[in-house]
Amino acid sequence: MKTLFVVLPAFNESQVIREVLRKLKQELKKIKEFQSYVVVVDDGSSDKTSREAARGGSIVLRHVLNRGLGGALETGLTYAKRKNADILVTMDSDGQHDAKDIWPALQPILADQADVVIGSRQKGKRPLDRHLINLMSNVVTWLLFGIWSSDSQSGFRVFNHKAIRSIKIMTQEMEVSSEIFGEIKRNHLRFCEVPIRVIYTEYSRRKGQQNLNGPRVLLKLIIRLFRS
Amino acid sequence: MNIFVLPIQLFLSLFLLFAISRVFLRFKEGTISLGQFLFWCGLWLLALFSIFYPDFSNYWARLLGIGRGADAILYTSVIALFYLVFRLHVLLENVNYEISKLVREVALLSQEQTRRQPQKQKAKR
Repeated sequence: MKTLFVVLPAFNESQVIREVLRKLKQELKKIKEFQSYVVVVDDGSSDKTSREAARGGSIVLRHVLNRGLGGALETGLTYAKRKNADILVTMDSDGQHDAKDIWPALQPILADQADVVIGSRQKGKRPLDRHLINLMSNVVTWLLFGIWSSDSQSGFRVFNHKAIRSIKIMTQEMEVSSEIFGEIKRNHLRFCEVPIRVIYTEYSRRKGQQNLNGPRVLLKLIIRLFRS
Repeated sequence: MNIFVLPIQLFLSLFLLFAISRVFLRFKEGTISLGQFLFWCGLWLLALFSIFYPDFSNYWARLLGIGRGADAILYTSVIALFYLVFRLHVLLENVNYEISKLVREVALLSQEQTRRQPQKQKAKR
């Protein structure tokens, strides 16, 4: 049976992780075509994220030091590579993604129309500042990596076996979202977007990218271009 | 050359002699290569020469289209510093990446161990 790995990078998410995992497992049960595994990458949390995630029935990979979103995603990706995963889904662990979107997002991969699917947060209300930041990030991603995406900063992604094996993440923090587009281009992967629902709560807003992070992310992305 | 040494010339030349002595010591220790040793020695000796013969730097400044030698040194120093800061950023990112690799391996290994432990306990029973 083919395997599906869902990776959730988490940093101090003990308040919500159990509920996120419960909903996720509920949806994964409906997907009978794959043997599913949920992997939480605890990125050096100072709270009980690891314990809560383990109680929620997931595989826990715990970073002893906080390495940032990129570092955590690469850990999930490496784990999936070593387990020879057929499909890898990445989602945020703060509950802003709806697990019901996994099945529609798998369709382009199952139909062999894409190697990477990005969940574009088009459904649901988004605050204006997030809209603007996202637009600027899309432009920067396009300028640096040559791929236009309507939601380059989305944490909802699906990768097929080929993409899992070829993508290599080198950035450590939030800039990883744009770097993945560079990897899509470098490895000549087919990419498409599917609309997904976003659930913005006070909690997820507090936890997500800060608006003032923009220049720092840009600098890190430029530095990325000079690294081998 | 003026036989009187200005305080700034004295101060700068003492600093440069100190810098050259450090380069020599690092080379003796084996921390820097012959190429690096020659580069840094050449640079500091050139600076030392320019302190006592300001016309030397003025000559190069005029060739570049800059009025004064001191200005030319300042401009090139700023550019060199910008470049060095950028190189340091890249280096720092690479170090960060290496630390992440280590943290990742620890995470993957300890997960593998916790997975095996219950199996071992079962086998013992």
